[in-house]
Amino acid sequence: MSHMINHDVPDDNEIQIEKKFVPKDLDIDKDVSWAQINKDVLRSLDRPRPVFWVIFFAALALFSFGVYCEKYQYENGLGVADLNNPQVWGLYIATFIFWIGMGHSGTLLSALLHIIHADWRKPIYRYAEAMTTFSLLTAALFVLIHLGRVWQFYYVVAYPNERWVWPNFSSPLVWDATAIGTYLTSSLLFLYTGMVPDLAICRDNATGARKKLYTFMSLGWQGTDRQWATFRVTYMTLACFLMPLAVSVHSIVSTDFAVSQNPGWHITSFPPYFVAGALYSGCAVIITLFILLRYVFRFEAYMTMPILNKLIKMTFAIAMVWNYLNIIEYSTVWYGANEIAKQQLLDKMTGTYAPVFWGMVFCSTVMPFTLLIKFVRTHLPTLMVVSLILNFGMWLERVQIITPTFGHSQYPWTWTSGWWPSWVQFGIVAGSFGWFTMLFMLYCKIFPTISMYEVKEMVHDQSKMLKAKGVA
Amino acid sequence: MKSHLLALYNNMEEAGLVLDELNATKLPGFSMKDVVIKSPIEHPELSEKLGKRPVYVQLFTLLGVLFGPITGLTLVASAQASFIYQVRGGRPVVPVPPDMVLTYEFFILSGVLMTVIGCFIGWKLPGNRSPLYNTRVSEDKIGILVKAEESTIPYLNEIFKKHHSLEILGEGVK
Repeated sequence: MSHMINHDVPDDNEIQIEKKFVPKDLDIDKDVSWAQINKDVLRSLDRPRPVFWVIFFAALALFSFGVYCEKYQYENGLGVADLNNPQVWGLYIATFIFWIGMGHSGTLLSALLHIIHADWRKPIYRYAEAMTTFSLLTAALFVLIHLGRVWQFYYVVAYPNERWVWPNFSSPLVWDATAIGTYLTSSLLFLYTGMVPDLAICRDNATGARKKLYTFMSLGWQGTDRQWATFRVTYMTLACFLMPLAVSVHSIVSTDFAVSQNPGWHITSFPPYFVAGALYSGCAVIITLFILLRYVFRFEAYMTMPILNKLIKMTFAIAMVWNYLNIIEYSTVWYGANEIAKQQLLDKMTGTYAPVFWGMVFCSTVMPFTLLIKFVRTHLPTLMVVSLILNFGMWLERVQIITPTFGHSQYPWTWTSGWWPSWVQFGIVAGSFGWFTMLFMLYCKIFPTISMYEVKEMVHDQSKMLKAKGVA
Repeated sequence: MKSHLLALYNNMEEAGLVLDELNATKLPGFSMKDVVIKSPIEHPELSEKLGKRPVYVQLFTLLGVLFGPITGLTLVASAQASFIYQVRGGRPVVPVPPDMVLTYEFFILSGVLMTVIGCFIGWKLPGNRSPLYNTRVSEDKIGILVKAEESTIPYLNEIFKKHHSLEILGEGVK
């Protein structure tokens, strides 16, 4: 083995270069002990701040209202949602895309940052991955809800059958279902595999029913060298699979629109535009949840300001990419030869849905620039409000993609001015936010939201690096 | 008859010194292959001292990425071909470009599933449990588990104590 190069030990030149760039702020305190990390994270499973229950029950109330609206729609049909030709999708599919997009960034960012060895991801990736899973589960609800009479889902499932209904594998909707199914399965496995060492920690410290649950889920993990080596290879391989998968999922969602002939949708740049939008909204939610979890579970020592700062910078960069693609989309239509698409764009900007369009511009194009202000980046309540505005803007973006196109399509009979979603639609959309928050908070109460073993690695690596530089 | 012995250490440096000594000392009825490290984090510097211990997950991944697309394309194409008598209006029965999208998804899904299966097999979980375990290993201690002939155990015990082990646990196994 002696002839092999040891990559862990930096050479002198490397150390000299690194010495010039010693980070001003370490991502987390290098002196925090491993035992303390266990203690702090495990405490979050027992005693969160009381505001945890306020959020949980508020989410439950919202979810209950959503269930009531869905029951009402189930009994009375889609008419109560004001959905009819040409407005057949309304807020349901817009919100479906919003949730898919939100789910996009958790796993994608976790996988990407893992591949490039960005250590600052370690205290925050677990909840981002959980967010992905619950977002996808929430998104899947809308596929059923938008049918109105949900039992009719049976008729749209593509499979060879005695009714001679052709399973149209050329339809992006089939690709969509396959891609989302693959993404949900892979994300769940990625989340679970990454959590096994932490579940063993929980097992070793729990009692009663919780101990049984953690014992079952940790599969008897003991942290042996063989387990760690296998784990590392597995986790990296999964990350490499999830990167292209995540990109493919939202690209495929965009083809639901882009391969159609509808004005406003038939645009080449839609796949990257959707991917960038998904990353953008996901990053904004990660910031929101960062601030929330940091306060609720007293994670100030792990979800630190330097990490938040990096997250904000990344969000800003992605916001700028999204802005660029937005401009490209509108310029393509404006300078293109498709008069109907141009008319549709003008209608979007000046017609019934102008508030939605300009609301999106304000929330998602203008607001990210406030992240350049130090006060906004460092004052958490303000940052929380900004991140919520960014999220709202991205939801408006999805609405302005779908509704104006249905309301100003190829044929004059579709030009329905003044259509607005009914309270039932708004109620179900609100219910979905309640459902997501409720699931997420339950998850945080049962499973560790900070990866304990990775934070320990982070502390260990930081100490090693500082020792090598002679800083410690 | 072989016995197990588990010693706990405060940090990796101490555990590393123990491994160095175990490597250097040629004890009868004991081999470095019978040493297992248990730790709260991954420890490449310690693993190196144990020698090469191959990981086979990649083979499962390879199987997955080979069989996934083949199976996926076959499933989709055969589903399409089962409708060969239906009027297709001149369109191909098995359209290649859209099927590639689905094949790609099957490629990823199968790769992921096989990787995870390979991981569980590599972990030997949930079936195989190592005989000695201490919960402090999942907190902040490094454990060195050895398996050796009973006659060698006292010598190993001495080495562990020499390097200031926090605790030594033993258990006889056949």
